[in-house]
Amino acid sequence: MSDRLPVLKTYKLYIGGKFPRTESGRYFPLRTKTGDLVANVSLASRKDLRQAVQAARAATGAWAKATPFLRGQILYRLSEMLEDRQEQIVRELTATGEVSTKTAQEEVRTGIDRIVYYAGWTDKFQQIAATVNPVSSPHFNFSVPEPIGVVGVVCPPAQGFLGLLSALLPVIAGGNTAVVIASGPSPLCAISLAEALATSDLPAGVVNMLTGDRSELLPHLKVHMDVNALSVWDSSTEEQCEVRSLDEDNLKRFVFSTSGAAAGPQPILAFQEIKTTWHPIGL
Amino acid sequence: MRKNDKAPEQTPFAAFVDDETYAPAPETSPVSIKDEYGLFIDGEFCAPQSGKHFATTNPATEETIASVAEAGEADVDLAVQAARKAYDTTWSRLSGAERGKYLFRIARLLQERAREFAIIETMDGGKPIRESRDVDLPLVCAHFFHHAGWTDKLEYAFPNQSFAPHGVAAQIIPWNFPLLMAAWKIAPALACGNTVVLKPAETTPLTALKLAELFQDAGLPPGVVNIIPGAGETGRALVSHPDVDKIAFTGSTGVGKLIRRQVAPSGKPITLELGGKAAHIIFADAPIDQAVESIVNGIFFNQGHVCCAGSRLLVEESVEQIVIEKLKRRMETLIVGNPLDKNTDVGAINSRAQFERIQTLIDAGVAEGACLYQPQSQLPERGLFMAPTIFTGVAQSHRIVQDEIFGPVLTIQTFRTPEEAVAKANNTPYGLSAGVWTSKGSKIFSITTKLQAGVVWANTFNRFDPASPFGGYKESGIGREGGLHGLRAYLKVGG
Amino acid sequence: MNQPMPVIIDEVGVAERAARFKTRSIKNASKIAALKLTMSMIDLTTLEGSDSPGKVRQLCAKARCPDPAHPELPMVAAVCVYPTMVAVARKALAGTSIHVASVATSFPSGMSDLKTRIADVRYAVAEGADEIDMVISRGKFLAGEYHAISDEIATFKEACATAHLKVILETGELVTLDNVRFASDLAMRAGADFIKTSTGKVSPAATLEFTLVMLLAIADYYRETGKKIGMKPAGGIRDSKTAIQYLVMLKETLGPEWLTPDMFRFGASSLANDLLMQLRKQATGAYQSPIYFSND
Repeated sequence: MSDRLPVLKTYKLYIGGKFPRTESGRYFPLRTKTGDLVANVSLASRKDLRQAVQAARAATGAWAKATPFLRGQILYRLSEMLEDRQEQIVRELTATGEVSTKTAQEEVRTGIDRIVYYAGWTDKFQQIAATVNPVSSPHFNFSVPEPIGVVGVVCPPAQGFLGLLSALLPVIAGGNTAVVIASGPSPLCAISLAEALATSDLPAGVVNMLTGDRSELLPHLKVHMDVNALSVWDSSTEEQCEVRSLDEDNLKRFVFSTSGAAAGPQPILAFQEIKTTWHPIGL
Repeated sequence: MRKNDKAPEQTPFAAFVDDETYAPAPETSPVSIKDEYGLFIDGEFCAPQSGKHFATTNPATEETIASVAEAGEADVDLAVQAARKAYDTTWSRLSGAERGKYLFRIARLLQERAREFAIIETMDGGKPIRESRDVDLPLVCAHFFHHAGWTDKLEYAFPNQSFAPHGVAAQIIPWNFPLLMAAWKIAPALACGNTVVLKPAETTPLTALKLAELFQDAGLPPGVVNIIPGAGETGRALVSHPDVDKIAFTGSTGVGKLIRRQVAPSGKPITLELGGKAAHIIFADAPIDQAVESIVNGIFFNQGHVCCAGSRLLVEESVEQIVIEKLKRRMETLIVGNPLDKNTDVGAINSRAQFERIQTLIDAGVAEGACLYQPQSQLPERGLFMAPTIFTGVAQSHRIVQDEIFGPVLTIQTFRTPEEAVAKANNTPYGLSAGVWTSKGSKIFSITTKLQAGVVWANTFNRFDPASPFGGYKESGIGREGGLHGLRAYLKVGG
Repeated sequence: MNQPMPVIIDEVGVAERAARFKTRSIKNASKIAALKLTMSMIDLTTLEGSDSPGKVRQLCAKARCPDPAHPELPMVAAVCVYPTMVAVARKALAGTSIHVASVATSFPSGMSDLKTRIADVRYAVAEGADEIDMVISRGKFLAGEYHAISDEIATFKEACATAHLKVILETGELVTLDNVRFASDLAMRAGADFIKTSTGKVSPAATLEFTLVMLLAIADYYRETGKKIGMKPAGGIRDSKTAIQYLVMLKETLGPEWLTPDMFRFGASSLANDLLMQLRKQATGAYQSPIYFSND
């Protein structure tokens, strides 16, 4: 037993490898069922989103060019780091009392295993999607997947840890950079995950983590002309319809997913473009 | 070399040596075109409920070729109903192998009648017969033949995944490759088990209607493919029809965005193949003469009415002069004229509206201070003809560098380093195609991997094949057409 | 002698371009003019071990008057024979403007010492040849001895005195278009008046692709130096249709200035009769049989 007063954690945003407070100064208090304050969580604004997209764009080239082996190693290292932080994440998942410890423990273990799973995909999905095309002319012709660029990841509200990883991992395993809107009800572990990311070898800007109000941020994300794709999870029909209806359209790719959907290479390939290259065959 | 002591008289050879080398050589094979075409719905040609017809003209003469029925909302509904009925009662009940046999049959019938289709394509659209005969029609036949073989092999294309056809596919195609685009749409849709309602472009409906006749000859079950000519209103009615399950559109980025917005609330699957402003990069170590040929093929093929046209030439500064000199020389040999003439290289601009749009952009280029060059080629006195055009002294910000011109107009810029070339190439919302010429192998892969485009031609340009996926990055579209990747557009692929 | 920079050629691009020339349709008056022009460009050739004075005289008669029924048809440009037949040809062609060309330099292989090859040239010139068709040492070229090639061409040029030098690359043994282009550049810089594809003894002989690469080399050399070099495809051009494809290619690459026997030759033997058949077909509308044309 100790009389020591615990040091409370400030949950900030994660943008371009740094942990800034929201420029808006806004927050929302996360409370337990009984009303006790768990933490003040940053309520990211439109401008924070803009900064995050800028950081993600700046990170695209280097991450896309990183070798698949390196991307796999970095993701695997993330799983190593989280293995030791299980307790912390369980604590964050259970802080509001909505999730039992047992469920949270199971979620965290599954989440870490999912990281390992995607760490193994980084140098394999290409071979599943790539083709050498038998054209009827003296040309060598092949198609390969390439990362699409900046992807907005809107996480499922449930399963703040596993849901986030299921949404984020296929995006970055494929060499994209991400702007993540974390789960509303369960945002704390997103920032702890960001802390792990910040100390892994993942380049700054590859993942940018925002906590806040999905319904406030999504309308700005969907019309952002420098975002190439959106991965929206557990979306209502109304929200999907709303997302698709665009005033400003850069022909963003929309992918709507539901928690628990099968894995495999398809979630990665959903955020890849197919590039076909021709070259003559001659002496 | 010295002169012969008795130099041969030049006169006996003048007819070849002088400019009349290529006497008119019009394609004269007979074709059958009716004066009037109805809508092709449920296996029959029928009068439109709309009561409307429009004239389709030959852009080389601006004379009317035929009167074509225009589908209104009621017609669209009938066509979709027919496609639905065909899907429910016949097409979805056939085995893949049997579907494939229909497609094989169509491919063979097309090969038999290829010349006739080529001539009509040229008459209706203005493209040179050399291209419709040697490029469009062989690719059309190959596209049906290729996809015919997929019908009973789809489970190998999507292993460990469930898949099913969408149902009724609504397809809208452009006027630049009318029959080829019909093939690119219809063949994979049918191969994957969908039925089709296809709207050809209003300036080029004839070959699609001839294709409908061919479907009748092939015994394709009624309603499996329905062809309903019309303009924007018809297209709008088609994509917003509630009983359509899938939308596929090829055309401008502007219209593509409109369609996407229109379809958005339904959440229906949509594939788009849209505009482009492709960079064609020539490095100093390129095989220059072949690169010049590629530049010509890249921008003057089909009068530049090509979404993937190499419309922005980026030349390494050290070879700028020689490339331009050789390009100009080559342009002098291009024959602009009667599209039906076998010697014609550049045919007629597809429509007066397009002619005026191109002219407006050329005027804008001149007004912005770019330097225009056109060869001294003779243009026919009537018809919609335009000289091959290049602009030098252009800036990245010029309209002619930014806007898709969709005509025989090339802009020429220079670069000093590979980084600069790539940066200029990618500095556009489009991302359909790109080209790069260099004889250094490692440089090819360095550049092609950096170019943001769905199709990259290295040391070649404007090549197509049914087995080769085609489609854009960024605002040039969503999805691929052709090859294994193209099949996904016409299937619901689940986990 | 300074060496040219190697120019890289894309083989598939060349094949595509060459195929385009084949799609040109030449008809009516233009076709008749092209057939006559081809006749005027022929180096009527016999290069057999069995060549005799009688055979060469017969060939010269054909050269002077390809079709006795149509004396208005142009004569061929030259008769091309081995050095020992030059005097016979010179005599048989007296009073005409037809040139006497001779293959020399230890044709067709070139596999003799330089002295012998020079003597071969001097002998042919002394016998009355005013055009010399030399072969390069392909072995040396493929071994990378480019200076040796340049030097031997320059030496033969000197031995030619006023006779004109055609340099045979033997494209079928150089194999790649890159080699053909580089050999063309070497030959032009070393003093060739003409560059020529083949001896006719190696397959493949002339092709549209090889010839196109050589024409483009000539165009570049002209652009750089202002010197106009002639071109002679030889071997394998047996019919009028093929010959006209070459003329179309010539016209669209080098232009009308090269469309003369001074700048372009066909090394051929059976081509002449096919031209006569086609000309008569154009005149009568009836397809012809070879039995109506003399084999010379």
